[in-house]
Parts: sequence; structure tokens; C-alpha cells
Amino acid sequence: MAVDAETVRRVARLARIAEPEARLDPLAREISGILGWIEQLNEVDVDGVEPMATAVHATQPLREDVVTDGGDPARVLGNAPRSDDGFFVVPKVVE
Amino acid sequence: MSELTALTLTDAVEGLRTKRFSAEEITRAHLEAMQGARTLNAFTVETPDRALEMARASDARIARGEGGPLEGAPLGVKDLFSTEGVETTAGSRILQGFKPPYESTVTANLWRDGAVMLGKLNMDEFAMGSSNETSAWGPVANPWRSRGSNASLTPGGSSGGSASAVAADLCLGATASDTGGSIRQPAAFTGTVGIKPTYGRCSRWGMVAFASSLDQAGPITRSVADAALMLRSMSGHDPKDSTSLAVETPDFTQFVGRDVRGLRVGVPREYRVDGMPAEIEQLWEQGVAWLRDAGCEIVEVSLPHTRYALPAYYIVAPAEASSNLARYDGMRFGYRAGGGTLTEVYENTRAQGFGDEVKRRILIGTYVLSAGFYDAYYLRALKVRRRIADDFDRAWETCDALLTPSTPTAAFALGDKDADPVTMYLNDVFTVPANLAGLPGISVPAGLDANGLPLGLQLVGRALDEGTLFSLAGALEQAAAFRSKPERWWS
Repeated sequence: MAVDAETVRRVARLARIAEPEARLDPLAREISGILGWIEQLNEVDVDGVEPMATAVHATQPLREDVVTDGGDPARVLGNAPRSDDGFFVVPKVVE
Repeated sequence: MSELTALTLTDAVEGLRTKRFSAEEITRAHLEAMQGARTLNAFTVETPDRALEMARASDARIARGEGGPLEGAPLGVKDLFSTEGVETTAGSRILQGFKPPYESTVTANLWRDGAVMLGKLNMDEFAMGSSNETSAWGPVANPWRSRGSNASLTPGGSSGGSASAVAADLCLGATASDTGGSIRQPAAFTGTVGIKPTYGRCSRWGMVAFASSLDQAGPITRSVADAALMLRSMSGHDPKDSTSLAVETPDFTQFVGRDVRGLRVGVPREYRVDGMPAEIEQLWEQGVAWLRDAGCEIVEVSLPHTRYALPAYYIVAPAEASSNLARYDGMRFGYRAGGGTLTEVYENTRAQGFGDEVKRRILIGTYVLSAGFYDAYYLRALKVRRRIADDFDRAWETCDALLTPSTPTAAFALGDKDADPVTMYLNDVFTVPANLAGLPGISVPAGLDANGLPLGLQLVGRALDEGTLFSLAGALEQAAAFRSKPERWWS
């Protein structure tokens, strides 16, 4: 399926990546090329086939719902682009 | 000092244990070699102070007779593994300056067993690439060059720094990771050994995630025995990774050198791809002959869905990546760009922080997961993935392991496959199926092509049967007697 510039704009918006206007057409061509190559999957008969999301057959392990780590805000904030007084500082979220 | 850097990991550990040389001596020899090889761009961070501190601690433990299985052995770490207090970027500008406050389980296991960290190794950005050219820190050069040429070749990717450093004798072994071939393809391109174990054998905790259902850690080394030794330390159940398998780690080293008589080796006919160079075909036939001579039974098998593995992978991997990489929003760690609104900050941070290939894959992943396309692309790819895994299960009814080429070509020139992403993707045609099925695969250096460049053969085995792979890989290694080393043009 061919992807157009408008679709790239919409998907880039969903992915929160600013793509300049001039990149939309080249990206549409690249992605269309890749998706065109992927279309060959339609040749495979997948009727009644169970989707395989993981190679691990085991069931998901459970553990007690208890606190195992934490209480160290300095380490948590150590890589923050901005922090103040034990908090992350982020752009204004609510007007 | 160069004789200390040319040792195998196995011999170095033995020399350290018997005090023929000290951990500090062998560590200094490697730090010196690294300094002289910066033109390869294999290391993104060198940690000489930490290396010497760890080496002295190793020497003290050896003196007390308390050395671990890797005591005093200097290793490199792919920059995908979080290392406490040491910059970890996964080859991306978006993580520039990030110093994890924790250590990955795999590297923690290596330090527990006495290994010494030399530094962090360059890689394709977020492990997305097959040539190391997508790294934000520039491509790595392959120590190997075509005979009579000065042109720079790729060491492969995404573990290009790991492969290059091991091939150039800058470390005794290196951690690497493999989502679609990122251990085995660079190993093949550099004349080194690389194994991707069974999915779940190594903990993914503290590894920067690319595609969580496919990512698996493994070593790149200079011999099969070294790979067994290093993988034994890296493996093990970890409660911090829910996909880590609760199984015992066998002593893989005991399988190397074992008799392979009577093992059934499958040759999958679908791996004879169009346009495969005659040299690769011949090497493959040679590998079959070597294993037959070693007493294996050779059987032809069919994996009918092989050709659909790559396109299925290029849905599954980008889909998982688009989800995993959503965490890079510039708020809690990593790079943050400016912008008027919160959304603009997100969009600018990710536009400036990610490279082109990563952005391309996030967009594809977002597209195939978006409303209206999920069933047609993502769900169909997961069903094809099941078909591919079923093919392997059927093959195991008649054989114990598969022998294939590792790659469809030898190392190519930097810049050679830039123009079309699909051309680059095709490099992983022989390695991707094992990731989709979660199976172990090992690449062993098997010969040189007409230009004097290394070529590898791959063995794929049953889930959790790395032991058989190590036995067969040992037999291939012995028969191939690959002793070639690249000329030291870099120092």
C-alpha cells in the first residue's frame, strides 16, 4: 500500500517526531518502498494460525506486590535534563 | 606487550590463574592497544581508571586464591548495556551524557566472575543497522581490508564496535546483542566467533531495549571455547526480567571438543538465495564436507517460510521499537530540545535526538500498529512468525542442528548500501529466522574470500541446546583452522 505525505504527517504526529515539510515526500517514498516489499506476506496462508508474540512458552511469573526499590530521589533525578528541589521540571502541561 | 593482547580469553584466564602475568599487566597491554587503535572508532568510552582498579582487585583475589572464572580478563562492553556511572548511549544522541544509576544483569554477572571492563563499544543507533553507520558517534572501521586496497569496510552491525575490537586484539572478548543478526553478522565480517543464545538465556535487564521479543545478549570472541566461557558467565535466570528462563546454565565449555559423530546436521534448501556469490556457496559446501568428515550425518531439510522471515521481522521489530522508544520524551533523562508547548518539546526532542534510520523505523512501527492497519500488518506478521517457528520444529524431527552461511556477502564498503534501506535489510536474511523463533545461532569463521576477507558459517540449534552448537562449532573451527589476522594498518 502506498503511503502519501499526508499519512506520514499523521504518523509522525502520533510518534511525536517533528518532520519538516520537505521530508514528508521523501519519507513517503521510503516507507512505501519498504511496505511494498513487506506486501509479500500476503502470499502466506495464515488461516487458523495463532499469532506468535513471544518465543517464551512459560507463563508470566508473578511476585509479591511489595516495594522492592526506591527511596533514593537523588539517583532517580541524576540524569534529568532539569530538576529542582527533588522534582522533575517539565514544560507547562496545563494552561 | 602485544603477545598478551593476542591471547585467547581461555588462555589468558589460565595465564592469570597460574600467575604467569598479572591482571594489571594484561589490562595495561589492552589499554595501550586501544590508544593505538582509535582510528577504528570501536570504543565510544574508554574507562582506563576503572579497568586498572578492577585489575588490581583481581590480582588481590588471585593472590588469595579466590579468583572467579573470568578473573582479571579485560573485556569490552557494547554500549547497549547499562553500566553504573559510565555513559551509556546505545549509539544515540538522545542518550548523550546518560549515566545509568544501575548495572545491567549481564555485565554485573561478568564483573561477579572477575572480568575487567575496558570501556564501551560503538554500535548502530539503538542496534538498528547492519553496518554501524547509523551510530551517532560515527561508523566503526573493520580491521580487515580487501587485499591491495585502503578502502574502509564495515565491521557489520549492530555490534560493529564489539566485533572490530575483538578482531583487532583490543579486548579478549566483548558483549554484544542480537535482534536480527547483530552478533552473528559482525562476527562473520571480522573473522570472529559470535553466538546469540536461546531467547531468555541471558537477562535483558539493563539492556537498552530495541525489540523486546527478539533482543538477546551474547558474546563475540576469538574462539569457540572463548564464546562458551563468556556465555556461561553472562547467562542465568534473573527475576528482574520476566522473559528470563528459569533454567540452569550448563557448563558450555564442556561441550567444545566433544565428539560430534552421529549428530544429524540439516542443510535447509531455501537458504540457497538468488544472487548468492559462488564463494559463499562453496564455503557452505565445504562446511558440509567438514562436518560429514567429522562423522555427522548430513540431511537436507526444508524451511518453506524462510523468505518471509525478513519482511515479517520488518513489521515486528519496528512495531516493538516504536513502543519501546516512546520513553525518550526528554523529561526524565536524556536530551531535551526547546519548544513552545509540551508537544513541541516532545516532537523537537525526538526529531533532533534520533537519527534517520531510527526515525524511519519508529514511523513504520507506528503506522503498522495504528488503527485500521494493525490486523493487516502486525497481526499477519505474528502469524507468519508462527509459521517460521513451526518450520524449525518440523526440521528438528530429522536433524539436531542446521548449517547455513552467516551472511550472503563478505564485509562491504562503508556507504555502499546507504541508498536503499531494503538492500541493507537483506544482509540479515540468514540470521533473522533464528530471532523470530527464539533459537540459538552461532557464527564461526570458516575461510577467506578472493579479496582476503573473512566469511562465516552459521549453526542454528534447538531452543536451549547451545551445547550441541558448541560441539559442532568446535568441529567446524578445528576443520577450518582459521588462523588469519588482519594486517595492523591502524597502529
